[in-house]
Amino acid sequence: MDAKEIYAALEQKFPGKVGDFKGEVLEPYLTVDGAAIVDVCRFLRDDPTVRFEVLSDLTALDWPKEEKIQVVYHLFSYTFNHQIVLKVDLPRDLPKVASVEGVWKVANWFEREVYDLFGVIFDGHSDLRRIMLPEDWTGYPLRKDYVEQEEYDGISTQRAPLVEKLLR
Amino acid sequence: MNELAETQGGFYTEDMTISVGPQHPSTHGVLRFVVKTDGEVISEAIPDVGYLHRSIEKIGEKVTYHGYVPYTDRADYLAAMFANQAFCLAAEKLAGTEVTRRGEFCRVIACELNRIASHLISVGTFGQDIGAMTPFVHALRERETINNLMEEICGARLTYNYIRIGGVGYDILPETCARILEFLDHFEPIVAEFNRLLSGNKIFIERLAGVAVVSKEDAFSYNLVGPNLRGSGIKWDIRRDIPYSVYPELEFEVPIGTAHVGSLGDSFDRYWVRIREMQESCKILRQCLKMMPKGPAISKVPRKFRPPAGECYARVEAPRGDMGFYVVSDGSEYPYRVRIRTGSYTAMSIIDKLSKGIMVADLIALIGSLDVDAPEIDR
Repeated sequence: MDAKEIYAALEQKFPGKVGDFKGEVLEPYLTVDGAAIVDVCRFLRDDPTVRFEVLSDLTALDWPKEEKIQVVYHLFSYTFNHQIVLKVDLPRDLPKVASVEGVWKVANWFEREVYDLFGVIFDGHSDLRRIMLPEDWTGYPLRKDYVEQEEYDGISTQRAPLVEKLLR
Repeated sequence: MNELAETQGGFYTEDMTISVGPQHPSTHGVLRFVVKTDGEVISEAIPDVGYLHRSIEKIGEKVTYHGYVPYTDRADYLAAMFANQAFCLAAEKLAGTEVTRRGEFCRVIACELNRIASHLISVGTFGQDIGAMTPFVHALRERETINNLMEEICGARLTYNYIRIGGVGYDILPETCARILEFLDHFEPIVAEFNRLLSGNKIFIERLAGVAVVSKEDAFSYNLVGPNLRGSGIKWDIRRDIPYSVYPELEFEVPIGTAHVGSLGDSFDRYWVRIREMQESCKILRQCLKMMPKGPAISKVPRKFRPPAGECYARVEAPRGDMGFYVVSDGSEYPYRVRIRTGSYTAMSIIDKLSKGIMVADLIALIGSLDVDAPEIDR
């Protein structure tokens, strides 16, 4: 099935919840209403005509100008060898979306990483902790306006330029 | 505790919490498990990652497309060529850049050599984890030859920076081709020797058969990829199923787990897939060396590389499975976002589930059989 047909099936099943379909790009994508993401994912996994067995990737994009954070889901089907990209737009000040951990177990770690680096909160996640950075780190590094803290635990995060060091 | 002691006639055992790693030889890099055990039986092994987080994704937003290629090397230093290729594929797709035909063949040759080297490390250290020291030395000896060949091809032994946008950095010379052939003639019998030494070893088999079985459903749900997925009996290889580069013209088999000694999807199946993949890589290399046409190794690519706004997700079949680069461009010289999706990350997330109820020694076998690689997890 190509992306257009998948979109048509989704629109029929979830009217008003999916939209903004782009089919003429390298990776066809569509936008899903955040409230419906779990139902949409479960439908895409279980429906015998689409069968997206795996969540290939889950990540996020930060768009400060549009005041939004986009969570991006890359779905793939081994049965039919087709793929689709889902996007959920979230407000930048309080990004919150339901976790898809119940649909694909791998989402547990993907969502932890997005939480860690973008600060997106996944409702219903079983273990939402930082994964790459220490628990007491402040800020979300992959956001575009991230400013590194000057020191962590009394250790400077900046390194003096080598020349300065030698002159001292 | 006193209460427990009374009910059990004065004797009781406590659950023990121990830390495996971050500097444990079997953890293949720097990763750590918090293991809760009841005697020898593990009740929970919680992976703790992030020790090698070098923010390669964030760096991607600060450097140009050409300048980012050397950074991708560091994502997985055992198989740097594949990260190079995945990123270049994404950039080429975004900009619509053509790759020269000779360039494609150079890429495949370099990648398949790299795959053999990576698998050699994988099976070698795997044996070592289980307690077989000799095969490790044999595997590293062969890998050393590949490193020498790599040095001839691109001047580096580990972090290659060989594949560039539009082709490859340097052409492979005829002398090098001859030496690769020489290596293949030497290496193919070595695989059989390796099998006699390790794969057929009764102790080795007993340690792995039926240990940490991954069902098909789990493999999908946890998105295992590459040899780990194929070990569970799913015939899926990106080189064959979402073809890229010149792979459609090449003939090769996709080995899958066959429950050779234990049950389908056990640790031995995953190991056995890797051994047979090395043989397939040899086949691919021979074909490439024969088919390689003459011509330029790299096409003309502007120095100021600005792909139009858009996004692209490129996959390659790396030794640790599906490696995906999700590159978003906003039309400027710098990528807007680079996301690296690696096989080890998802393989690591399944360990928590698989480790419940197995022995401590089996955990070591499990980590080795999944071939997780710390730099690739943390990026």
